Amino acid sequence: MAIFLTEKSRVVVQGMTGSEGQKHTSRMLAAGTDIVGGVTPGKGGLSIDFAKRSIPVYGSCADAVKATDADASVVFVPPRFTKGAVIEAVDAGVPLVVVITEGVPVQDTAAFFAHARAHGTRVIGPNCPGIISPGRANAGIIPADIAGPGRIGLVSKSGTLTYQMMYELRDFGFSTAIGIGGDPIIGTTHIDALQAFQDDPDTDAIVMIGEIGGDAEERAAAFIKENVTKPVVGYVAGFTAPEGKTMGHAGAIVSGSSGTAAAKQEALEAAGVRVGKTPTETADLMRSVLVAV
Amino acid sequence: MDLMEYQAKELFARHGVPVTLGRVIEDPAEAAEAAAELGGRVVVKAQVKTGGRGKAGGVKLAATPEDAVAKAGEILGMDIKGHTVHRVLLAPAADIADEYYFSFVIDRANREYLCIASTEGGVEIEVVAHTNPAAIAKVSIDPAVGVDDAKAAEIVAAAGFPVGAQDVVRKLWDVFVAEDASLVEVNPLVKLGDGSLEALDGKVTLDDNAAYRHADHAVFEDHASADPLEAAALEKGLNYVKLDGSVGIIGNGAGLVMSTLDVVAYAGSRYGVKPANFLDIGGGASAEVMANGLGIILSDRQVRSVFVNVFGGITACDAVSNGIMQALELLGDQADKPLVVRLDGNNVEEGRKILAQANHPLVTVVETMDGAAARAAELAAGKGR
Repeated sequence: MAIFLTEKSRVVVQGMTGSEGQKHTSRMLAAGTDIVGGVTPGKGGLSIDFAKRSIPVYGSCADAVKATDADASVVFVPPRFTKGAVIEAVDAGVPLVVVITEGVPVQDTAAFFAHARAHGTRVIGPNCPGIISPGRANAGIIPADIAGPGRIGLVSKSGTLTYQMMYELRDFGFSTAIGIGGDPIIGTTHIDALQAFQDDPDTDAIVMIGEIGGDAEERAAAFIKENVTKPVVGYVAGFTAPEGKTMGHAGAIVSGSSGTAAAKQEALEAAGVRVGKTPTETADLMRSVLVAV
Repeated sequence: MDLMEYQAKELFARHGVPVTLGRVIEDPAEAAEAAAELGGRVVVKAQVKTGGRGKAGGVKLAATPEDAVAKAGEILGMDIKGHTVHRVLLAPAADIADEYYFSFVIDRANREYLCIASTEGGVEIEVVAHTNPAAIAKVSIDPAVGVDDAKAAEIVAAAGFPVGAQDVVRKLWDVFVAEDASLVEVNPLVKLGDGSLEALDGKVTLDDNAAYRHADHAVFEDHASADPLEAAALEKGLNYVKLDGSVGIIGNGAGLVMSTLDVVAYAGSRYGVKPANFLDIGGGASAEVMANGLGIILSDRQVRSVFVNVFGGITACDAVSNGIMQALELLGDQADKPLVVRLDGNNVEEGRKILAQANHPLVTVVETMDGAAARAAELAAGKGR
């Protein structure tokens, strides 16, 4: 199994003809992803040659879905076109849209998420590294060679911390690793991923990485307490972040006493989640959990 | 970007929200003329991007123009939670009958917008939330619909605002949407003696990601109050936040850099050593970006050591190592503090080899993040050289 993305996923890449889109399409193909098409308005009919395959480009998501039966999309278009691109994918009936683009205005995200929710489309991101089910498929920019398949599920707000944690636990491997992004509004939350990992027979234990800002980790903690029976190990970044300063991610900001790392750690520990002080210590906690499993 | 009160009020005025703009001054000497023009009796308000101005003594009533000069003199230059007051707003003292609270915010949990409104305004809303939660109305707003007449009426009814407040609610929503705000807050929204409403204060946060469609917002940038290092970093397109410590930090990716700060603070706690900054150089980590970043960090007089923490995801570690060496060359004598480098991930062996062969006297390579943090903290504390 794996969550949200499997070897059966048929993926289109919106913005495949751009430099980022092309570079990462080639990497996703190398990771075994079934990329069935690209979408670039005005460039329908072209095709792009990659190492082993030539991938057709469609002028719209609707055309791409009609021709390929795609059931997932990865979005690499610039911020100003992202809202339109996601809405187009939703309207074409794509059930999973992974938005890599960084710098999307939050009101645009609110608008496309509302549209996606109304149509039953799952959005991952924006401003995220995407999702990888090692050995099966890769939708986004997570390097596929960091870690192979295994039985850990990983959900993280941060891209590089996703990579770091996959690297620390590469001897165990992952069912799925998902970077949900650090923007104020994101399509898939920690809770969505926790629920899916809980239900996934191929996942034995879960690593959850959070960071300052909002109260997603606190809500995830409450969810874990009620609904998750698999072991969960956590890590929270941003203990030293000062109040009122955005730490890189648009959503990573402590306002007053809310959104602090300490509050998040406390909530997670109260829910029975063991929280590491450093990424390495968190990986060690996961190791001890897996040995017990 | 957070706006100051007078800037928020300028935006409010553009969208027809009732406000009194008053006068903004930077020199107490200008206060007499400004106060006289505003009717003599004025409120002098510190313009800083932080809350709790009143409590800190940054808001004072002046009875006469002479008094306004004195009060402006007291407030200008004052430090409020680390923010120096460079400007004060003089506004005519209002005839207040009632004080309300009003805001539009992003509801992260439900991925939509939220209106928070209360007839208990003029105090911190967090306080009201504790003392009288029933007095706070929370109305969710569907981003696909926004605030139409029906929603405005719902908000006014839920909050217990006077009939006719819908108009102000709609106009504040116009501010939120048209200006790409992530926060519009009015506290207090007042009912005046004649029954009309006025936004007596304003707090607006503009979405930096939407700056490309609001060229006119550039005037709100506050270069005077910015930390000089942060201003220099911004000019070079670097994502840098100045902190109060002695270990300079460079890393790639916001989450990893935040984590690096924590790990350094953790390792440094026994020496009282803390991280000096947040600096995310992003995915590319070219020699030029590395040199710019190192340049900013080394011009921070507090910095005693630098920790470069890179996980090569897409970036290859050999490119990062070449970047570090070229940056040191570009900086020449300006590079005078020890660098601890930790590399992992893509092409790590080649990356470490480049640094080992270069054998630069300032550079130490440590293989693990925790170990490198400990080493950088030791160096900053003057231990173990």
